[in-house]
Amino acid sequence: MEKELWKGNEAVAEAAIRAGCKYFFGYPITPQNEIPEYLSYHLPKIGGCFLQAESEVAAINMIYGAAGCGVRVMTSSSSPGISLKQEGITYMCGAELPAVIVNMMRGGPGLGTIQPAQGDYFQATRGGGNGDYRHLVYAPATIQEAADYVQMAFDVADLYRNPVMVVADGMIGQMMEAIEWREMPKRELPEKTWATTGTKGERKPNVINSLYIDPNLCAEHNERLAAKYKAMEENETRWEEVNTENCEVLFVAYGTPSRITKAAIKLLEKEGIKAGLFRPITLWPYPSKQLKAAASQESVKAVVDFELSMGQMIDDVKIALEGCRPVTFVGKAGGVVPTPAEVAAAAKAAIGR
Amino acid sequence: MTNEIMIAGFGGQGVMAIGKTLAEAGMKEGKDVSWLPSYGPEMRGGTANCCVVISEEEIVCPIVLEPTELIAMNLPSLRKFEHDVVKGGTIFVNSSIISEKVERDDVRVINVPCLDIANELGNAKVANMVMLGAYIEAMGNLGTETIKEMLVHMFTGPKAKLVDLNIEALRRGAACVK
Repeated sequence: MEKELWKGNEAVAEAAIRAGCKYFFGYPITPQNEIPEYLSYHLPKIGGCFLQAESEVAAINMIYGAAGCGVRVMTSSSSPGISLKQEGITYMCGAELPAVIVNMMRGGPGLGTIQPAQGDYFQATRGGGNGDYRHLVYAPATIQEAADYVQMAFDVADLYRNPVMVVADGMIGQMMEAIEWREMPKRELPEKTWATTGTKGERKPNVINSLYIDPNLCAEHNERLAAKYKAMEENETRWEEVNTENCEVLFVAYGTPSRITKAAIKLLEKEGIKAGLFRPITLWPYPSKQLKAAASQESVKAVVDFELSMGQMIDDVKIALEGCRPVTFVGKAGGVVPTPAEVAAAAKAAIGR
Repeated sequence: MTNEIMIAGFGGQGVMAIGKTLAEAGMKEGKDVSWLPSYGPEMRGGTANCCVVISEEEIVCPIVLEPTELIAMNLPSLRKFEHDVVKGGTIFVNSSIISEKVERDDVRVINVPCLDIANELGNAKVANMVMLGAYIEAMGNLGTETIKEMLVHMFTGPKAKLVDLNIEALRRGAACVK
């Protein structure tokens, strides 16, 4: 396949179309506006529907409705908009509805800034909605990965009957890189017999709901969901390791910071320090076992967690390591991206050099 | 070989387009490329810049902090970025509207009166293509033929007449490089 130059947001939108998504409901917010812009132009051409809702709250509930009809549907937003969608997300997990939700994260809290940030880690992985729910969170670091994982997200959502979130930051949304449109591995997907497509008088009506009157039935429902989440943990965890074998410093970073870390690793190499990168690609389920294995190597003196937040993923790093190595933090929040030199300096400080 | 390019000017001068053309040409020649715009509450006439990296190796970080080349389309951009350029780097100056001198003496300076040339060609909009022509001639990292082919694909139908104009703009820009 010939390479093509794609802007992150537009690649996300095109990936959705290629994955069979015909419906999009959203509300504008920088830095993800090219996603709705692209889909508003292209979805009507393929017989789909693009709708700009009156608010994010309305948009996420339109997603609920469309997903309930068994079609592939997506919404996208950026941090403050995703906050507004939290109620809809827990309802979709409760009602077991597959959909893809994209968050091009910007600085927070509140309205914050429009520049790249990762302050929504807790929200994405712990959930801002109520109840015991989980959903997959993919964190692409390149435009190629954004295109790949958005396509994959639709399959995974259908496979588990659960929403899937894709989080990137404003930088990945705005930049352009050369990508290839490649076929994603096909998964065998169950038929959507639960969808509310009309009975035609031939079957009992399907009901899509997250309300239980009998607590025993709700408890059973939770057990079943928990088993599903466990299966996701077992089968869907993804990560990348770069230069980790026998490294002295192990960086943990995802998304844009992982790219800056790769530049920092090159700087450290010039000073004779061997540093490696552990990059979670799924933020939930978190690749805890794999991270612990990388960090437990005898060569590793320190683990440095780098985020575009004031330290959120660091909790998962510490949970994974179970105290086996010291963990230090480097990062900035609010839309400022640290330089490779700053990240390299943090690594040197961590090992006392 | 890695070129880390900062392109900056007023919104509307075609700064983003220079960057996109460079990135696309690099990609077509099999190189790794990235294009990163500054983004914010921008408006026409405000400042705009983009970072382009063209490399034989995998590009890890798309942010350009120490450009090997700076294309300054206006004075504020020259003053903002000239001191970031690596020693021995190259600064392309839009000398049609920048009358002040580059303060550094450890870089190569190429003056391109791109707006004057574009006006001579009868279309001020091709000023950025004049600058692009100068860049390609001076750096020699991309083939002029690659860009010409791209222009043929870019301007079709009623716009096809713009191909020759843009090619002439590239040629006139190249002629500014000594």
